[in-house]
Amino acid sequence: MATTKATPKPKINLLGFEQGEYKGAPSTLCPGCGHDSISSRIVSVCFELGVQPYQVAKFSGIGCSSKTPAYFLGRSHGFNSVHGRMPSVATGAIVTNRNLIGLAVSGDGDTGSIGMGQFKHLVRRNVPMVYIVENNGVYGLTKGQFSATADIGQKLKYAGLNELPPIDLCAEAIIGGATFVARSFAGDPRQVEALLKAALSHRGLAILDIISPCVTFNNHEDSTKSYAYGKEHEERLHDMTFIRAQEEITVDYEEGEAIPVKMHDGSTIVLKKLENEYDPTNRVAALARLDAARENQEFITGLIYVNQNNNRTIHDLLHMDEQPLSQLSAEQLRPSKEALESVLADLY
Amino acid sequence: MAVVDYQTEQQPAEIAREDVNINDFAIIVATPNGSGSQTANNTILRACFNMGIPVTGKNLFPSNIKGLPTWYSIRLSKDGYQARRHKRDVLVAMNPASFGDDLQSLEPGGICLYPDDSRQELSRSDVTYFPMPVKELVKNSGVDASLRDYIANMVYVGVLAHLVGIEVAEIESALNKHFKGKQKAIASNMNVVNAAVAWAAANISTPSPFRVERMDKTKGMIMLDGNTSGALGSVFGGVSFVAWYPITPSTSLVDALNDYLPELRIDKETGKPTYAVVQAEDELAAIGMIIGAGWAGARSMTATSGPGISLMAEFTGLAYFTEVPCVVWDVMRMGPSTGMPTRTGQGDLLSAYFLSHGDTQHVCLLPASVKECFEFGWRSFDLAERLQTIVFVLSDLDLGMNQWMSEPFEYPTEPMDRGKVLDAEALTAVGDWGRYRDVDGDGIPFRTLPGTNHPKAAFFTRGSGHNQDAKYTERSDEWVANMDRLARKFETARTIVPAPIMVNEENATIGILSYGSNDPAIIEALDRLRELNINAAYQRVRALPFTKEVGEFVAKYERIYVVDNNYNGQMAQLLRMEYPELAGRIIAVASCDGLPLTARWVTESVQKGEA
Repeated sequence: MATTKATPKPKINLLGFEQGEYKGAPSTLCPGCGHDSISSRIVSVCFELGVQPYQVAKFSGIGCSSKTPAYFLGRSHGFNSVHGRMPSVATGAIVTNRNLIGLAVSGDGDTGSIGMGQFKHLVRRNVPMVYIVENNGVYGLTKGQFSATADIGQKLKYAGLNELPPIDLCAEAIIGGATFVARSFAGDPRQVEALLKAALSHRGLAILDIISPCVTFNNHEDSTKSYAYGKEHEERLHDMTFIRAQEEITVDYEEGEAIPVKMHDGSTIVLKKLENEYDPTNRVAALARLDAARENQEFITGLIYVNQNNNRTIHDLLHMDEQPLSQLSAEQLRPSKEALESVLADLY
Repeated sequence: MAVVDYQTEQQPAEIAREDVNINDFAIIVATPNGSGSQTANNTILRACFNMGIPVTGKNLFPSNIKGLPTWYSIRLSKDGYQARRHKRDVLVAMNPASFGDDLQSLEPGGICLYPDDSRQELSRSDVTYFPMPVKELVKNSGVDASLRDYIANMVYVGVLAHLVGIEVAEIESALNKHFKGKQKAIASNMNVVNAAVAWAAANISTPSPFRVERMDKTKGMIMLDGNTSGALGSVFGGVSFVAWYPITPSTSLVDALNDYLPELRIDKETGKPTYAVVQAEDELAAIGMIIGAGWAGARSMTATSGPGISLMAEFTGLAYFTEVPCVVWDVMRMGPSTGMPTRTGQGDLLSAYFLSHGDTQHVCLLPASVKECFEFGWRSFDLAERLQTIVFVLSDLDLGMNQWMSEPFEYPTEPMDRGKVLDAEALTAVGDWGRYRDVDGDGIPFRTLPGTNHPKAAFFTRGSGHNQDAKYTERSDEWVANMDRLARKFETARTIVPAPIMVNEENATIGILSYGSNDPAIIEALDRLRELNINAAYQRVRALPFTKEVGEFVAKYERIYVVDNNYNGQMAQLLRMEYPELAGRIIAVASCDGLPLTARWVTESVQKGEA
């Protein structure tokens, strides 16, 4: 097993911030909501990694999940936009200021239904940011309709029986060309944290589809998006350990037992195989595994697909300079009077 | 060739000079869409312009890639009128499919040029016909077979040049401009032009009652379309983020941005662009992106048309309520629905002004000329950032896609206004701030940009209820306070948007009020009305909300004719809403047929009202 040198949790992080600096306003979600647990993970991960909160830009659409950016990183700018169309807002902001650390939260309705188009195009453009889907298979704020990620045969008090096949957001992301695609479970905080850390180290768009039970509308016994179901059925593809660039890797695994994935910023994720033969760097294998999971109704979690090579971001495609567009001076933005004269000369 | 014989017998060899129409007629070129006539038509237009004759060119085209009838009209006006002319004097009938109707549309005494293999019936005896050996001349030119259809149009350029007296040297100069000096293209086109001129000189003995003569009225003038002008204005306004989705008639605005940005906006030191252009997946994404960009500190814009702004409605409300600066060009076309997508109109005035759900109202700029498209191109960003709001620029197809002569553009007269933005230093200085507080009493709050390196910089942007410190609220008093402030901000907008232009105030007894591309028709109509002893003052509104001058104008005259190029008379409706006590004075003069207004229609409408 891969471990890092044991150090007691520091009270302040690399930037000199206390964990409290990463907190947000009190949550107004239902007590026990999976989303709140994910917010807590975001707080502790950003604190631990020493993420500069002033550089973070939080984005969300509409829905229970989209409310959560108000509940973490209160020192960061946030934009709670419109339903299903947060990806476009985030795209505009991140192209404008490439130094922003984009952290987006959406839900299964916000991403898988109304926002499917924008989600796919966000993936296609590889806008560098972390995109979390807090996936509970149900519409909460409108009180209990099925979302597009609900499994066939699911039953809800309000909506009755779901007979439509679910949309697999991880598969959609991989098909769309995403280079970091993970699935996790809000009831598995250790894995969520490891994946969040890896996602923040990824160069490009990182998709995290986190099953996050809705305690009010979709946590009953026969729900496949409940805490009980998740705890019982979660099948981790691997045990994950995230090792920061600064830290020494003390590896403790047999050859072939684990895969170290070097991230762009120098950090490493060590994936200890729990499932033989599963290689998250193989796109076709990842899709095949997701399809098998769908076929057999397995709840697989972990880093499903990662590609650290060949991922040009939208900044690369637009040939952007290091200096963000938001910091350009008036002199840089407005061409000279002579430039206008020369344009006009062709129009006489 | 019996027809030609009939012609030569009927027509005199010379026309007395006083019977010749010089520099005051309209040419209409009828072609099938996609036949490549644009080069030929632009060449005629540019050559006349080069001869110092005021000209305008309008393309009337179908929503189609190839085959359907299309027309190009060129108006020559020694008096400098630029509106669409009701009359058609010279017809170049290259399209058999529309030949009959085209011929009927000619004024008595008009002339008709047509390919000599046309089997159309020459049904009018009050028209002079000029058959042209198009096929033969093109064949003889030796041009590659694949280019023959395109180059065939140069035959009518040459024949027309000979008939009406367009100088061949200016045709060559126009082609040189069109092909940006590419000698091969210029030569193969000129080859056909010269052959056509030579043929005409040898074979046409009938004089034309329409002639062009050199003038000096275009000296120092430029010629271009409104979309290019708007794009240039935006480039000089410092646009740094563009997101868009293709839609006629706004696409050429973004095309022009893509042409000029790489030329004008590459940073000298880094060699990198100082802008980003993203083609979005739809209009919803386009506006979402420009809102995100405006929020993050870009000068952001999109260009679209009516169906686009319908899709942008929800996001527009978000930009209004979260107070994010961004600019939306709406190059208007005919609606409702797909409408007539390649025909002009002003049907989006009300929908743009009030776009979105809830109580929203937006700053709208109303350019009337290519010069104003340029000016509003840069000014829109200053207004958007000053007012922290979404700003619409309402152009239309006629202004945006047609060729207009203009005085050269003026370099922005004011330094860039980036509005009330607090950076880290300012935050330390002010100590305490709230995103939606009205510190200055003008309703405009302060903002910070994401990424500002300061512990107090952050705020949460949301479309849901928020108080003056950007915190979530559902309290009625906080909601109302915020709406009151937004209303104050709108009153501030009223004092800084471009004021109306006043024309012909002296001795006026009635008022005409209009906006946008209706301007040339009204300017011309004022002269015609004066000949009828009707003296009208004309106010051209340049922005919404109305500035105080608008109310004063409406109060001044007992009858205000409000000219709209839409069905419902939307500007008239807006004025009645704004000045209910004066509503009885407002007379809507509205036309909506897909065509730019004519002076004749404006004149007759006002005349009827005054009778």
